Amino acid sequence: MKYLDKNAETIIEIKNLEFSYEDAEKKKSTVLKGINLSIKKGEFLAILGHNGSGKSTLAKHLNAILVPQNGSVAVEGIDTANENALYDIRQRVGMVFQNPDNQLVATIVEEDVAFAPENLGVPETEIRKRVDYALDAVNMSEFSKHAPHMLSGGQKQRIAIAGVLAMKPDVLVMDEPTAMLDPIGRREIIETVKKLNREENITVVMITHFMEEAAQADRVVVMNRGESVMEGTPKEVFAHVEELKKIGLDVPQTTELLYLLKKSGVEIKQDLLTVDECVEEILGRLEKGEVANG
Amino acid sequence: MFKDITLGQFFPGNSFIHRLDPRTKILCIIVYIAIIFCIKTFAGYGLLAVFTVACILISKIPFSFVLKGVKPILFFAALTAVFNLFLTDGKVLWSWKFLKITYEGANLAVFMVLRLFFLVLGTSLLTLTTSPIALTDGIERLLSPFKKIGVPAHELAMMMTIALRFVPTLLEETEKIIKAQTARGADFESGNLISRAKAMIPILIPLFISAFRRADDLAVAMECRCYRGGENRTRLYTLKMGVKDFVCWIIIILFTAGIVVTNMFF
Repeated sequence: MKYLDKNAETIIEIKNLEFSYEDAEKKKSTVLKGINLSIKKGEFLAILGHNGSGKSTLAKHLNAILVPQNGSVAVEGIDTANENALYDIRQRVGMVFQNPDNQLVATIVEEDVAFAPENLGVPETEIRKRVDYALDAVNMSEFSKHAPHMLSGGQKQRIAIAGVLAMKPDVLVMDEPTAMLDPIGRREIIETVKKLNREENITVVMITHFMEEAAQADRVVVMNRGESVMEGTPKEVFAHVEELKKIGLDVPQTTELLYLLKKSGVEIKQDLLTVDECVEEILGRLEKGEVANG
Repeated sequence: MFKDITLGQFFPGNSFIHRLDPRTKILCIIVYIAIIFCIKTFAGYGLLAVFTVACILISKIPFSFVLKGVKPILFFAALTAVFNLFLTDGKVLWSWKFLKITYEGANLAVFMVLRLFFLVLGTSLLTLTTSPIALTDGIERLLSPFKKIGVPAHELAMMMTIALRFVPTLLEETEKIIKAQTARGADFESGNLISRAKAMIPILIPLFISAFRRADDLAVAMECRCYRGGENRTRLYTLKMGVKDFVCWIIIILFTAGIVVTNMFF
């Protein structure tokens, strides 16, 4: 599996990143307290954390919407504090936000997808190619002439992703892209993102508070109060059920079930994340007659 | 409640008029409006009517649909007609106590109504055959020569596009807020005008706050997509004048000549 590849090239390097702001009463709040993180080329990284953990602020540092107050962020070796490289960085690191309605600019789907390449001054014929490619990548080609407000939430969010893909980015940063969607829309987005990561080899950084989504990533970083407190594969991270609960996070339902079974005295594997694996394990135990006693 | 509002009233189609460059259409409409106010004879109006009807036929938009646009101005037209009819001095045709109708008044009243009628007909034909995006594009391109003297052509077009984009979103939101406030016992239907206006406040404030939040989000999203104003921007569809636009210009020139002839000889 690719997340085990320790030699993979680093695409974004975050060193000792700090960020704080003053509120209306001049009280200083520290949002990020020295984050160190290197994001590897081609990986699917999930950043977990509850509200106020600093995860959105971290995301905004990845494409120079915010620049570090202390420490540094480098995208493919370019320092984000370098103002001359601003558009190079933003073109390389595409960003998708929570509310699809507030990201779409134009009244026709294809015009919206064309917005970024238009801004980059891409020639007309190349824009056409990129729009077709991006809409195809998110499976929305048949909607190219539609008005965005006639689409469902999941479809709108896919258009927002296509709008970023049209820049041909290397990294896709998504700030809780499924928070405002229904379960169907949520599944559409996760499938799209996984496909882009696998087939287009786009590095994905997904900020979320849905554990089931984080469980699909190659690597998970858990944030709490502006610090990165845990890091590892989903299996490694979700094994720490108690620590996660302590900082106000849940674990995937499968992990929760296995954890509770173990707690009540059943010797059962703990690091299974998919429902199928979990069912198999429990059935296996049942056949041996172990769970029945527990 | 707001579902019947069709903004811009675009009527999609693929006729000769639909396919014209929006710049051609905008400039033609300006010429058309100028002509309306220059016509002095009924023969001229006859020619104008023939031209307008021909345009509607070519556009393949049902007459009833075009005429719908005229309805809202009927009251206004009637009012103008009445004022012109009774308040113009000249050769008296008919009088009763203080009321009198003059030959000139009758003439002017008919002219005014005809002018308003054709004005609305012509402009609605423009919006019916041109998508809002094409229209803003056309305006941007037409205004771009004036950038040098400080006309923000790109910014104006961008603002119009975003406004059009957010009309349905904000309408939906308004409906949601109204439902939420009604559920909490707000009453928007009873009382006099003032109390009804006051009842709008709990709708408008959340709507404004949300609009500001949306504006903020959108600005960040646009920055993330490398937006930096109109400089060096390319377009997915670059407007191109073609043979059809040339044909249209010849028709307009001939039409203008026809109107000049009617003004001089009839």
